[in-house]
Amino acid sequence: MSNKKPNRFARIFRHEKKGERTERVGYLMVLPYVLHTFVFLGYPLAFAFVLIFHRWNIYTPMRFVGFGNIRLLISDPLVWRALLNTLYFLLIHVPLQLAVALLFAQLLNQKIRARAFFRASFFMPVVVSGVVVTILWQQLFAFETGLINVALNGLGLTKIGWLTSPNVAMPAIAVMATWKNVGLYIVLLLVGLQGIPTHLYEAAELDGASAWQKFRYITVPALNPTIILVLVLSTIGGFSLFIEPYVMTGGGPVSSTLSGILYLYKQAFVFGKMGYAATIGFFWAIIVFVVVMIQRRVVERTETERM
Amino acid sequence: MRRFLLYSLLAIGALVFIYPFVWMVAATFKPEAEVTNFNLFSNSFSFDNYLFVFRKIPVTRSFFNSLFVSVIVTASVIFFGSVTGYALARLRFAGRSLVVNIALLTMMIPAQLTLIPLYTLVVRFGWINSFAALIVPAMMSSYAALLFRNFFMQIPQSLVEAARLDGCSDLRILFSIIFPLSKPIIWTVALLTFMGIWNDVLWSLMVIRDETKMTMPLVVTLFAVGGGAEARLGAQLAAAALLAVPVIVAYVFLQRHLIESLAASGMKN
Repeated sequence: MSNKKPNRFARIFRHEKKGERTERVGYLMVLPYVLHTFVFLGYPLAFAFVLIFHRWNIYTPMRFVGFGNIRLLISDPLVWRALLNTLYFLLIHVPLQLAVALLFAQLLNQKIRARAFFRASFFMPVVVSGVVVTILWQQLFAFETGLINVALNGLGLTKIGWLTSPNVAMPAIAVMATWKNVGLYIVLLLVGLQGIPTHLYEAAELDGASAWQKFRYITVPALNPTIILVLVLSTIGGFSLFIEPYVMTGGGPVSSTLSGILYLYKQAFVFGKMGYAATIGFFWAIIVFVVVMIQRRVVERTETERM
Repeated sequence: MRRFLLYSLLAIGALVFIYPFVWMVAATFKPEAEVTNFNLFSNSFSFDNYLFVFRKIPVTRSFFNSLFVSVIVTASVIFFGSVTGYALARLRFAGRSLVVNIALLTMMIPAQLTLIPLYTLVVRFGWINSFAALIVPAMMSSYAALLFRNFFMQIPQSLVEAARLDGCSDLRILFSIIFPLSKPIIWTVALLTFMGIWNDVLWSLMVIRDETKMTMPLVVTLFAVGGGAEARLGAQLAAAALLAVPVIVAYVFLQRHLIESLAASGMKN
């Protein structure tokens, strides 16, 4: 054993800094976390790759189907329908959310009384359970008796089938989701706005900049990291849509509000297809990952182009 | 003029976000025929909807189920999160940065990927229809461990060293010296965890079918979805109100902490 070459094991577990003593109690302290992560995240992650290639209803033994689930997924019109529905949802939800959040964050950033009250009221739907919001809005959206249609009727306008016509149902849910979540983004953007030094605006005013120019060339660039955050969080939220269509529409009318998670849930718990449901989950995870990456890339690129 | 516009926009905003809740609570005390108008008050005030809801679903039981699950999970996430975070921030041992990297990596995994495999694991453990299915998988969180780690790294090492010279164990140092200095991060982790668990429906829906074990949001969801409400709007709204009111009351007291916690957590993502 005269060979001085350190073995591989020693290299992987080398100390952070040479000559420092190892505090063994550290292992004991991270052990529960590491074990828990291994069992409840590592194992399911690995098992996902097994499930994808099997047909399984949990009660009878698994059957290997090779790429059967993946072929089924590619040719399953409902998967693509769910994806289109989600993109339609995001197309309305994300810009609306950003616009409303920017507007109210700007208003709250003025010198005003009762800022805490206004901030707290915009934030209220964020803390309340999604089920409550969904039950409440289901009533507001109801065709004959919903308050929104009652109001439209009172103004002499025609009633709209908010949850019953295929073209309107998803936008209606997108508006509701905006109402539910926008408070969080108002607060995030307000924090961002408060971090912008006022002398930038004063200098711009001396140069005769208009309100729009100040917003476009000072506020928006300074808020860029927060705007990315709003985009990413609301996109991830859109891909996790479940309780709203589950309670309000069951995915209808004619699958127009079917979401990825709702479809996955149905495949697993209505049809007992665990392998196929896991495949949908896998597909959905890839899509979320890719969309979020593209978003970041696009926002960062437009940022560098402007500079 | 400009101020007038400013305040009227803000007031309209506040009304849009608060009025629906007020209307919802008011509607639950009205007879069914009057639910569908804008008035907040009716001549025939009644508790009928609530009596109906309490007769149909185990409201009290599910409330305490939710409370039990949420309190245990929150306490566990704080305990293990801070212990892990302390070791990762303050102790030197081989493989420490590996654990930090694993924690960072786990946060990038979309939840959809592990949802079904985790369910099959819970089935294999025999946890369907037991609180273990709701509690155990949620007992630890990478996010909490990292939040604690980042916070603890800012605490001066001299404090830790001084306590060591006095012969304190690491757990003593963590809970009696560092914890009192860490109130903001404990609030953040506690509120985020509690809210996440309290409001969850999807996972509970997957693992609990026995009504006596259900959490409150699940009971209310199934009441609204599966004909239990017999299409009575007032009753559905009453169930929703029973679920919302404790949260709103807690929110009124904790709103500053809650808003700041959620904002801080968003920023750190």
